Amino acid sequence: MFKLKKNNPEKFSFHMDEHPSDIPIAVHDLTVSYNRKPVLWDVDLNIPKGKLVAIVGPNGAGKSTLLKSILHLIPIASGAVKIYGRTFKKNKHLIGYVPQRESVDWSFPVNALDTVVMGMYRKIGWCLPVLRRHKEFAMECLRRVGMEDFYNRQISQLSGGQQQRVFIARALAERAEIFLMDEPFAGVDARTERAIVTLLKEISSSGKTVLAVHHDLNTVREYFDHVILLNLRIIDSGSPDFVLTEENLRRTYGGRLTLLDKAATALSNLDRE
Amino acid sequence: MKKKLYFLLLSFAILLLPSLNPLLFSEPSSLVLKHQHNFDWPSSEDFLRIISLRDYNTRIVLLGTMLFGFASGMIGVFVTLRKRALVGDAVSHASLPGVVIAFIFMVSLGGTGKFLPGLLAGALISSFIGVGVILLVRNYTRLHEDAALGIVLSVFFGFGVALLGITQKMKEGNSAGLDSFIYGKTASMLISDAWLILVSAFVVLILSVMFFKEFTILCFDEEYTLARGWSVFGLDLMMMFLTVGVTVVGLQAVGLILVVALLIIPPISARFWTSNLKKMFLISSCLGAISGILGAAVSALVPKLPAGALIVLVCGILFLVSLLFGSESGMFIQLYRNLRFQYRILIQNLLRSMYEIANSKQSFKEDDLKSFMIDYEELFNFRSWKKMSLMIAVEVSKFKNLVIKTKKGLIFTKSGYLESVRIFRNHHLWELYLLNYAGVGLGHVDHFVDDIEHIIESKILEELGEEQRS
Repeated sequence: MFKLKKNNPEKFSFHMDEHPSDIPIAVHDLTVSYNRKPVLWDVDLNIPKGKLVAIVGPNGAGKSTLLKSILHLIPIASGAVKIYGRTFKKNKHLIGYVPQRESVDWSFPVNALDTVVMGMYRKIGWCLPVLRRHKEFAMECLRRVGMEDFYNRQISQLSGGQQQRVFIARALAERAEIFLMDEPFAGVDARTERAIVTLLKEISSSGKTVLAVHHDLNTVREYFDHVILLNLRIIDSGSPDFVLTEENLRRTYGGRLTLLDKAATALSNLDRE
Repeated sequence: MKKKLYFLLLSFAILLLPSLNPLLFSEPSSLVLKHQHNFDWPSSEDFLRIISLRDYNTRIVLLGTMLFGFASGMIGVFVTLRKRALVGDAVSHASLPGVVIAFIFMVSLGGTGKFLPGLLAGALISSFIGVGVILLVRNYTRLHEDAALGIVLSVFFGFGVALLGITQKMKEGNSAGLDSFIYGKTASMLISDAWLILVSAFVVLILSVMFFKEFTILCFDEEYTLARGWSVFGLDLMMMFLTVGVTVVGLQAVGLILVVALLIIPPISARFWTSNLKKMFLISSCLGAISGILGAAVSALVPKLPAGALIVLVCGILFLVSLLFGSESGMFIQLYRNLRFQYRILIQNLLRSMYEIANSKQSFKEDDLKSFMIDYEELFNFRSWKKMSLMIAVEVSKFKNLVIKTKKGLIFTKSGYLESVRIFRNHHLWELYLLNYAGVGLGHVDHFVDDIEHIIESKILEELGEEQRS
């Protein structure tokens, strides 16, 4: 049934001052908890403009929670999120959201083009019909992600990577300045993954900001300009070359990486013997 | 604490159960009593009268049930896509206490208590209280939605039945006929009732078309809807309001037990015919309208058969037809697609074998196809296939005018030969690709190619051809 959601972080905000800034997303002292157990603890964060930003961390580190609290989809215990210096409410039209693929029912009777048009519903406005020019623009967005040949396919007939690209086209159709993506590479083959990365680089090079939850430590350096290491709190953030140090990764992944280290040392000892 | 509350509610419902007895066992017999004569088929005269709509009463009933089916089929599309179908059931059951309380209230004011808009207003209010309780239970206890639905459905219905028992003991007012809200009775439908249904169907139509975009996005992706700044709660409330509205006006026609069928069955039947939401919307409302009109017509022909049950039965038959013959995902179309695919593989295998046999012979000349015949015997030994599948392949190829069948063997037609050249080329391209690029061993390559060549798209084949040439 209905979900009663209390998205009113401003009530608790200590940063009521509002002036437009160049920072796409600024998070101040954000704390989020589920059933009194903190999931995000005192997160302070500035996302730089025009960059491809990855949120990296172990399972349960609060990566998706961070995205969802930026979108105000879950209640925030304390802290504030500013979009270009203003409240979410005033600037939410600047944010495009690409949810996890599993979050929707893919057997829904709709084709790829109509899914992209959904990104424009807000702009079209209440109760007004979808016009041909809206469809044309949606088609243009499909073309940008290389999916124009599949515009008439029912969405369940698309592969995982194609579904992801349709979702990205939907975010493009919103004419968003900031793209929030929850695991865009989940369940996508290596070739499609590279195609999506090329697309994201294209998007960010046009001055737009992309913030994506990412799992694979091996590809972070190659794909992203900026990395946020997260495990309940921010461990470090910045350029991948500076952030992805052994020390930082150990602090992020905790025991598990230490265990791997131990195994590595043990193996090298064995080799030496 | 909450567990206790749940337990208390449950035991309350169990306590109320015995009061169902008089209803379940005495009411249907009272229905039968109204028609003393034995069952008989309608005379041809009756039949004509109903079909030609000469009867004023029949006209109203058919119009009312048709509009009701139309409206519920329409809003049902969103309700089922939002996976809220059973909320409709809980809501309709929750309307009973409202109906009876409204009756008692009106009788105590000195009326007969049979003022329909009053009764329906009562139904509406108690349905909304039911929705509210579902919300409260779901949001403020740890119980799941199914539990919330079960509690509301049973307790409200139980309460309604208990109240119904009280009205039967009342001196003032005649409570007979209130039970028609449970099983539905169309025969008593008046022109004012038909108007009421017409107005509510119109409201549902207008609002569904107006908020088509918003409802679509809500049903597809709730989180996204919220992230884009829509009020999910507000949209849900509006959808619920329409559902409750349709349910309440349908109570009289179909009865509160069966009304949910018209919210669920037309949309899911429509899904078998299309995967376009707008078409689904159209088909679903038409199916609802057809069930309404046919069910009511049959019930008018055979007086003992209750209209509500017949409407739902017609609806069920339409579902069965859609399940079997639906042009999008019906069982037969799926079987057909599957078979067609199998046949295509068989034909391709046959033609390729024929090509390979023909080109290994000296006597074969491309410009004189007619004089060259391939024996069945040779064809059969060429591949490891079953006799049955070879026979099918031959028959289908002959039907498609790809080969000429003679007693001893097969002869290529012009188009058949061209097709076989194409198939052979594709096969060869794939073989080369797998050997050179995919690193598949020589021993396995034929097996892989056999699997993949039938399903590959022409665009990829073009690319392969380019690659080999360069």
